[in-house]
Amino acid sequence: MKRLITATALLLASSSLASAEGVLNLYNWGNYTSPELLAKFEKDTGIKVSVTDYDSNTTALAKIEAGGAGFDLVVPSANYVGIFRDKGLLTELDLSKLPNHKNIAADWMDVDWDPGRAYSVPWLWGSTGVGVNTSVYKGDINTSAIWLDVPDELKGKVNVTPEMNDVVALATMYAGGEFCTEDVEVLKKTRDILMAAKPHWMSMDYGMEDKMATNDVAASVYWNGAILRARLKNPDVAYGYPKEGFILWMDSIALLKDAQNVENAYTFINYILEPEHAAMLSAFARYSNGVAGSEEFMPEDMKDAPEVVVPEEFKAAGHFLPACSPKAQEYITAIWTELQK
Amino acid sequence: MASKGFDATSLPGFTAIAAIAFIALYAPIITLVGYSFNGANSISSWGGFSFRWYEAAWANATVQEATIRSLVIAASASLIATTAATMAALGTTRRGSFGGQTFIYVMINQPLMVPEIVTAVALLIVFASVKVATGYTGLGYLILAHAAFCIPFAYLPIRARLEGMDLSLETAAADLYANPWQTFRHVTLPLVLPGIIAGAMLAFVISLDDVVITEFVKSAGQDTLPTYMLGQLRRGVTPEVNAISTVLLGLTVLLLTVFFLLTRKRD
Amino acid sequence: MSMSAGEEAAKRRRVRDGWLLSAPALLLLTLAAAGPLLVVLVYSFLTPGQYGGVVWEFSTDAWVGILFTRDIFTETMQLADAHLAIFWRSVRLSLLTTLITFAVGFPTAWFIATRPPKARALWLFLITIPFWTNLLIRTFAINEVIRNEGILNSVLMAAGIIATPIQILYTDTAVLIGMAYVYLPLMVLPLFAAIDRFDMRLLEAGYDLYANRWQVLRRIVLPIVKPGIVAGSILVFVPSLGAYVTPRVLGGGKQMMIGNFIELQFGQGRNWPLGASLSMLLLLIVLAALLVYVRAAGKGGAHGQ
Repeated sequence: MKRLITATALLLASSSLASAEGVLNLYNWGNYTSPELLAKFEKDTGIKVSVTDYDSNTTALAKIEAGGAGFDLVVPSANYVGIFRDKGLLTELDLSKLPNHKNIAADWMDVDWDPGRAYSVPWLWGSTGVGVNTSVYKGDINTSAIWLDVPDELKGKVNVTPEMNDVVALATMYAGGEFCTEDVEVLKKTRDILMAAKPHWMSMDYGMEDKMATNDVAASVYWNGAILRARLKNPDVAYGYPKEGFILWMDSIALLKDAQNVENAYTFINYILEPEHAAMLSAFARYSNGVAGSEEFMPEDMKDAPEVVVPEEFKAAGHFLPACSPKAQEYITAIWTELQK
Repeated sequence: MASKGFDATSLPGFTAIAAIAFIALYAPIITLVGYSFNGANSISSWGGFSFRWYEAAWANATVQEATIRSLVIAASASLIATTAATMAALGTTRRGSFGGQTFIYVMINQPLMVPEIVTAVALLIVFASVKVATGYTGLGYLILAHAAFCIPFAYLPIRARLEGMDLSLETAAADLYANPWQTFRHVTLPLVLPGIIAGAMLAFVISLDDVVITEFVKSAGQDTLPTYMLGQLRRGVTPEVNAISTVLLGLTVLLLTVFFLLTRKRD
Repeated sequence: MSMSAGEEAAKRRRVRDGWLLSAPALLLLTLAAAGPLLVVLVYSFLTPGQYGGVVWEFSTDAWVGILFTRDIFTETMQLADAHLAIFWRSVRLSLLTTLITFAVGFPTAWFIATRPPKARALWLFLITIPFWTNLLIRTFAINEVIRNEGILNSVLMAAGIIATPIQILYTDTAVLIGMAYVYLPLMVLPLFAAIDRFDMRLLEAGYDLYANRWQVLRRIVLPIVKPGIVAGSILVFVPSLGAYVTPRVLGGGKQMMIGNFIELQFGQGRNWPLGASLSMLLLLIVLAALLVYVRAAGKGGAHGQ
């Protein structure tokens, strides 16, 4: 009861509290921030983190650009970090306030979207591939044919994640092209492949952690962390890395230009670059982090998980999605609209 | 004619359809309550009876704050919307047609006519500039936005009730030297009350449900239960929300029973 | 017809009071609904920004883009049949939803209105209680009921009505069930408000004149509760058109409705002007339908002026 009263009091005071001492406003993807980490952070530093959720990069961008919402930190995906920066919404990080900046793993330091990590530091990263129930389908799962040239066993049992860019990108790579292409022949082939495959899909939905585990869905284009969680509930579930090309993604945390709790924000960023704390983020969300030395703190069931450790033979097939030109984006939207008409 | 056993108000099949409607309305709710006691780590497979999700919800301050925030917003917004809608309904019915009546009608129903995302984007742009200009980022914006889109939901039932309502009682009251306020308070209001209650209930549940507008208008630390759930959608929803919903349902039923027993005693 | 000065003053007062009483609602709506929509109207005539948002350059592309798209393969302009298909599906499903909620909601509202006065409030609350749970949770719960291993299929199979589960989930039927469920109270409550003030003695009068039940229903009941039917239909039809969550969760997200399509433009599609012009068009269509409907309903309705 006491907690409820406190919660109500906090709520009514929320506007005045927003810029008071000892608080920090994090704007992040829903269900993505480890509560254990936040509790530990509050205990260690006395700073209370208030997390507000978003469910897409575009919503986050639109809200931050409009301004006035009072956020300090945001966690955009790789292709959006550059957009946030180019629009002047981010503050260049003062590295003297981030002694742990050196902990960023070498692979994730000089990334295309933020060379030298001047504006953002790694939050979590993962891949988009295919989850397959191997009791239903025994064939090769490391291919996009699972959902683009659906095997008979899987017909009518396939789910495709409702993410426009991911889906069109995977299909484009299956068609032999590159994402963001403006090559009309490739685009046409991509569209035809998708249109031919769609009648064999059951749904285009989220929530696969459960549905794959219960075998309501036998295969799905989905994120590795969710498939890992499905596999822990149902050992028949396996994760495939399409050899024609699969998607790598990373969300990075960045400091907003109109942040009001800048010092606290630096404290938080530095805190999550501590290997032990980065591992806490991973343990909660089930995705990899980008901090060197975090391996020893990782939960046992993730250390060698095939969903987490990308096998050597497939490494070259993983691609980060760039932000497309407006023209390429128009093509992608047209294909997607056609697909869902 | 109205012999024994003949009930003029019963129409063939109506009671059966009503029964089916109530069963259909409650089937998912009963499922939901059942799954809130699910021991499994899932919302679709059964893993034995357990209170674990109640414990999880009890320990989760975020979800509690979001729930309370939803209720505060819904209560404030439906109160404001119902008051404004009742006045507007009195102002636009039973006074003969006048120029501008259609305009008022269209204005009031406007929030119904565009998908939420459109109002949401428009409000984002307008409210954000107000936030920047005034520095105020409190719940007021959400309450204002909710009150506005709740108005048509409150207005239409009240108007439906008022339309064609017998004027003679009000005229009689006026003839007995009741002033307009007394007439309203003692004659009109009791007659319109069922419409107002229906309108207020609609406004409340509509506000409680809103996702998209809230998502775009909220400031830091202002997640409501629906936006909290929207954020969870991609990563999978945990049965915690089933537990919270069951508690809310339980509270509603409890309040209702108390209210019902109290009013009954008075008679 | 000439009016005396007194009558005219009384009419003027009535009109003035009408505006004064409506003022708070109008103010709220101007601030937080209709006013900001002007922004959307302006946006529909601008150029899309590279990453969402708009560039302040006048353009009518967004309006042309509703009906015609540049074919991505031939660079020629073609009728946007995908857009039309999405519009048509939305209208069809919304009309069906309205019909279903009326078919179920009218008997239900009637049932409630014919209970003893004290019990009515209780029955009304029983209608709204399921809606105290959030829309998303309710939609997930419906999902649980209609999925292949769900209650509905289990009950039907146990009763021997069907041998194998019916695939309801991820079909248009699922979307219809979901929308009818979600919008049922929006039909029942206005209908109840209208039926409740209906004088049941009129029914007996009808029977005394040897009308049968259907005649009584059609000739006496329906005309009097018409305002409730109009209100309920508007409250169900219009929000159904913009439905977003239900087609996504129960329809499996394979096919869009207008709401999803517009949201796509403001989201991943990054074409805000097209989203804005689509919204304006939807607004115009609904407005026109509403005016026609209200006029038609007003003509036949019983107005106690």
